[in-house]
Amino acid sequence: LSSNVTVDRLQFTLTVTFHYLFPILTMGLGLFIAWLKTVSYLGREDRRFPLLRKTPAERAVHESSARFWMRIFAVTFAFGVVTGIPLEFQFGTNWARFSTFAGGVIGQTLALEGVFAFFLESAFLGIFLAGAQRVGARLHWLSALAVFAGAWLSGFFIIATNAWMQHPVGYERSGDKVQLRSFGDLLTNDWLAWQYLHNMGGAATTGAFVLAAMGAYYLLNGRHVRFARTSLSIGVVAALVLCLLQIFPTGDGQAKNVADHQPSTFAAMEGVFRSETAAPLVIIGNPNTEKRKLESTIELPDALSFLTYKRWKAKVRGLNTIAERDWPSSVPLVYYSYRIMVGLGTILLLIAGLAVFLLWRRKLFESRRMLWALMLSFPFTYIANIAGWTVAEAGRQPWTVFGLQRTADAASPSSSVPAGTAIFTLLGFAGLYLLLGILYLLLIARIVNRGPEEEPAEAPADEPDPEPAAAATS
Amino acid sequence: MATAWFILLAAMVTAYVVLDGFDLGAGALHLLIGRDEREREGLTETYGPVWNGNEVWLIASGGVLFMAFPKAYSSAFSGLYFGLILVLWLLIGRGLALELRHQLDNPLWRSACDVVFCLSSAVLAFVLGVALGNVVRGVPLGADGFFHLSLFGLLNWYALLVGVVGLVVLCAHGANFLALRASGEPAARARRWARRLWWVEAALFVGMIGPTYAVRDEMLTNLGDHPWRLVFPLVAVVALVALLVYQRRERLGHAFTSSALFIVGLVTTMAAGIYPNVLPAHDDRPFSLTVDNAAAGDDALRIALYWWPVGIALAVGYFIYAYRLFFREPSGERAP
Repeated sequence: LSSNVTVDRLQFTLTVTFHYLFPILTMGLGLFIAWLKTVSYLGREDRRFPLLRKTPAERAVHESSARFWMRIFAVTFAFGVVTGIPLEFQFGTNWARFSTFAGGVIGQTLALEGVFAFFLESAFLGIFLAGAQRVGARLHWLSALAVFAGAWLSGFFIIATNAWMQHPVGYERSGDKVQLRSFGDLLTNDWLAWQYLHNMGGAATTGAFVLAAMGAYYLLNGRHVRFARTSLSIGVVAALVLCLLQIFPTGDGQAKNVADHQPSTFAAMEGVFRSETAAPLVIIGNPNTEKRKLESTIELPDALSFLTYKRWKAKVRGLNTIAERDWPSSVPLVYYSYRIMVGLGTILLLIAGLAVFLLWRRKLFESRRMLWALMLSFPFTYIANIAGWTVAEAGRQPWTVFGLQRTADAASPSSSVPAGTAIFTLLGFAGLYLLLGILYLLLIARIVNRGPEEEPAEAPADEPDPEPAAAATS
Repeated sequence: MATAWFILLAAMVTAYVVLDGFDLGAGALHLLIGRDEREREGLTETYGPVWNGNEVWLIASGGVLFMAFPKAYSSAFSGLYFGLILVLWLLIGRGLALELRHQLDNPLWRSACDVVFCLSSAVLAFVLGVALGNVVRGVPLGADGFFHLSLFGLLNWYALLVGVVGLVVLCAHGANFLALRASGEPAARARRWARRLWWVEAALFVGMIGPTYAVRDEMLTNLGDHPWRLVFPLVAVVALVALLVYQRRERLGHAFTSSALFIVGLVTTMAAGIYPNVLPAHDDRPFSLTVDNAAAGDDALRIALYWWPVGIALAVGYFIYAYRLFFREPSGERAP
């Protein structure tokens, strides 16, 4: 801990990981709230949307579900906002030389996020929470869509920033920094589309499993049964679709990005120490960095070559073709994180698949074992998301901007922010975030305990009329 | 081009201070103006739906500073490390205290949130003033464009003075806001505080001139050299006088607008005094960061000029909409 770079990295790891727990859920729930609200608003019999058409009772359940989830969304959003600001600040406080070097390029996407996404999200969340009786049913629905759009737009600009750090494009070097050359290239970066879809898919998967888990919890308790069934059905179907999309095409596309543009990261993810033709896919194995090989392996012959290049005999580049100073700082970290992400993704896919099968056979709501499994599986979606980001960030090392700026050259000069100073603030963040985490869980537990409004009875009336029944119970 | 961005940035920072200023100031007076649980709940309802949007101006200003002047962003943030991290912790405490206050129906919880909210608001107003004071005074920039100020280096007498000014001006702004928007007894209390604080802010405004000249004479000579820039302090003076007049006549809406204009005058005067520096160097050091040597490349600045107006027009649109929505009904007519 004597090096300020190490402490700066620890502090950023802590603050970014803790922060990201909240946006995973808000981005995921934003999607489902928008869906629930859309069904509730557009599903009336007299509207021309036969696919969304529901009975008044069903629409009422959708409406109260949307409001219930928005209560959880609002608390999560507040935590996400306050823990997000430290990240933007740390670019300046702890990563000053990175900001000086790359600010000419990534300043664009970060400023775009502030100007286009944050204003949208915060303004319309305020309007949504003010309630339909105050703003009218139509605006209430539109503000749910706007909150969703704001959350996903914010994600887009952050991923655009990260994609540039992973695979810099559209810049030119001038002296000791880089300057933007092409705004179009920055937003059409090869890396960006797959990373964005894979990342948002991950957040949406968490949202789907949280819906399913909440439904399972209430069903197991025998409370709020109509709400629980709706949540559970939407959750498991969405979870199955999303888990499949995470594997193909988004996960596949993202892995090819890494293989094409970051061979060092790819070799570390797959534990390929020596280049191989017809490389096997390692299911289990331990990387030994000293001996430079994988130990105790179970492999599928030729499969890695095929998955990566669609040819069974293709050559996969190993770490031996890369100078050791350009290897990821911790090969095992990248290797295991990748395996945790993929392994959890596979298990979650199986759970979702089984749940959908039971739903189809009309046995899901009675199958207590399945409900237990669904209730307990949602935390693992968080772990899979964080593990995926660990692959991306630890895999990019030793670079902050891949191929352009090393992490060791990116931190603030130790003369302005000495290691001791950074340790002090790191401990401060750790303590503060421990408290925040406890507080968050308490507040969510309380919302869950109160449950969705039991009998909202009426779906939203004709806009812009208020909804007396729903309002009365809130 | 870089000058255009200096102006746009100054405009955004001004918007931040005016908008978040009233909820910060109202927060700093929270325990004094609201005497019991119910009154305090009523106070938070006046800015509850909009405070978060106001704070987004800080984040967006930070983003634009990063985009347009990355060198100044990294130098100021790393050099003022302790001040900035303190701001972060306060922002976390304040935001959560305000948002989570009504989540638990427990009097102790609400009292705790009220105290955290009030203290963090007050300290934030003060610390933001201290940071601004250090920028005006200049910082010990080295040849590499970085500097280091210890916590006690930050707390020099001039910065502390600006910190007090920041606290008082924002409290007065918040009191004017609450006088307008709160109802019943707290509104009357806010009105009294607004009147009292007027004298303090007027005295500090005049009293600031000498010390500012002492630490950096350019702040004033800059204005004299380009007489058109005198329009900014003029706005401040006129607004300050108008504030007193409207307070006396109980024209509370006009009084609040005057208070906002006074802040506009103050912040733009600071900006006009600092220009062409973005982060001036202390004493006679030659390494000031200016709009030229701290700016991003011309391509970046030009491209951003295309999207910025669109984004800000949208943001202003949401704000006008949200404010009209929430502040439509006159004060005091909401059901308790």
